[in-house]
Amino acid sequence: MLAYTLRRLWQFIPTLAGVVLFVFFLFNWVGGDPAYLLAGKLPNPETIANIRRQLGVDEPYAVQLWIFLKQILTGNFGASWSTNELVSQIFATRLGPSLTVLVPLLMISTLLGMAAAMLVAYVRGSLTDRAVMVGCTVAQSISILVYILVFQYVFAYQLGWFPVQGWGITFAENLLRYAMLAIIVGVAVSLAPDIRLYRTFFLDEINQDYVRTARAKGLSEARVMWVHVLRNAAIPIVTNILLQLPGLLAGAFLIERFFGIPGIGREVILAVERSDFPIIKAVTVYVAIATMIVNLVADLLYKAIDPRLQLK
Amino acid sequence: MKESSVWTLAWRRFRRDRLGFFSLIVVLAYVALVLGVAAGWLARDWQQETGVSFAPPTFLGAEAGASETVKALEAAQPVSDYGIPDPLGPDLAEIAKGLSGASPNEARAPTLPLGADKWGRDVLKKAVKGTETSLFIGLAAAAVATFLGTLFGALAGYRGGRVDDFFNWLYSVLTSIPYLLLVLAVAAVINQKGVLTVILILGLTGWTGIFRLVRAEYMKHKVREYVLAADAIGASNARRMFVHILPNVSHVVLVQLSLHVVLFIKSEVILTFLGFGVGVDTVSWGSMLAEAGSELLLGKWWQLTAATVFMALLVTAFSLFTDAMRDALDPRLK
Repeated sequence: MLAYTLRRLWQFIPTLAGVVLFVFFLFNWVGGDPAYLLAGKLPNPETIANIRRQLGVDEPYAVQLWIFLKQILTGNFGASWSTNELVSQIFATRLGPSLTVLVPLLMISTLLGMAAAMLVAYVRGSLTDRAVMVGCTVAQSISILVYILVFQYVFAYQLGWFPVQGWGITFAENLLRYAMLAIIVGVAVSLAPDIRLYRTFFLDEINQDYVRTARAKGLSEARVMWVHVLRNAAIPIVTNILLQLPGLLAGAFLIERFFGIPGIGREVILAVERSDFPIIKAVTVYVAIATMIVNLVADLLYKAIDPRLQLK
Repeated sequence: MKESSVWTLAWRRFRRDRLGFFSLIVVLAYVALVLGVAAGWLARDWQQETGVSFAPPTFLGAEAGASETVKALEAAQPVSDYGIPDPLGPDLAEIAKGLSGASPNEARAPTLPLGADKWGRDVLKKAVKGTETSLFIGLAAAAVATFLGTLFGALAGYRGGRVDDFFNWLYSVLTSIPYLLLVLAVAAVINQKGVLTVILILGLTGWTGIFRLVRAEYMKHKVREYVLAADAIGASNARRMFVHILPNVSHVVLVQLSLHVVLFIKSEVILTFLGFGVGVDTVSWGSMLAEAGSELLLGKWWQLTAATVFMALLVTAFSLFTDAMRDALDPRLK
């Protein structure tokens, strides 16, 4: 186990270096010179030279890469190009709202998705199963934009059950008032893909020998499903959720933007729209690192939980 | 007994799947529609402002679209004529006439089959033209991604060693960054609009999943007897990779191509909505949904509905077709 952990940590290094190089290549080389963008209309050479010096883009690429590495290690990415707010400050203040939406969203959608998936996996091949699967395909083929627009229009604008958008001060107010509709939309969007995926996890388990054994020794169907199958199917499901988490942090941007939730995703969108490279660079690098760590932890957990994998 | 090829057998299995077969017909109908648009037979004049602004769909009648808000707004129009003759008036009217192509006196339709947008353009024609753009982007980007994924996967899986290490490294770097964040970062850097840009962004970032699968297939196949036999009769590496092995993994490639068309059609919508997609003079489902957001607040739901239905029908049919194709090509999976 220790050897495996060390080997995985060792593999970590080239990937991390690759991500850093890729982001550097993308923003400092392909992205080119931001000075013209920042100098505004009617730039004169002097302003441009000043901006270039401030940002360090007049330095050779090797020096720029060194600066970038220092930024990653210290977490000090400087200030946003458009609002001058410190990038570290942006991260610190936007993480809370993002998690206020994402944590309940993930919990509710996982529980609902698992329950529905177990049900359709139990009646696999039946008309119900096929109908639910086709229904999921239809639900998945509608753009997330449509879900947001329609839910917001119907439940907030027409019926007035929720505020259209906004964000308060206290946690309880945010969670119960402002984040509610965002959570509901998020659950509605993720339910269909979750059911499809979890159904395959349940099907993998239902056909196993231990299920037949459990039935043969006279256990009730409820016990077979809820105790034996559920516990085994939960392993890939939990892993899957862990792996999704870093991506969701930045990926919930459409929901955050429409409901006016001041989270990380909304910040990414604003940064992309304003060509605010420091923010996008910081988010990309840190989310990538988080993804790699979660991957590693999931792998190690898998090995710790499932003794069969340790033999390999 | 008559011999049947793998493809004939797969086709027979596919035809038995009624839902899959029906989906294929829907997809083919869409392809025919797109060919019709490309040939210039359909929706050529989608930019023509043929209806009044926000003309409602015909089945609702002309009055349906005028909500209370809009009526109030129209009633509150400022007086444009204060009794002073506008010295530029006639000239401006002349210019406006030349620009719009249609004379302002020409009667505009009060209703259109599926309604009109803010400028009075026919929503049905926009949806048809948008189908061309969106489906073309999906197919072209999927072709780029599949080509790259298959080429890299073949090289890595067949060659092994350093080549494999390199592509695996590239794969793990790209997959460490969540897909949508990667697409957005590339879009932010390129900072350009247009169909070609969207195809390149999606195609260049989306090949990783295909790479993984094709690589695994090549690793499996390269030690099989038929490949060793090809080596024995002196077939070159390239010939073994692409003439001998490729046809045997083509079912995996085909299913992936199909899956990625759906993924990229959905990605285009989001990219365009965020302002990084197709240009302003092009219509796609993404640009229609982007307009529909503010229209909905005025109670004009028809453009949103048209774009959603056109897209949902194709994507559903395409997904069901892909499922059926996978089952038909690889019966062990079912």
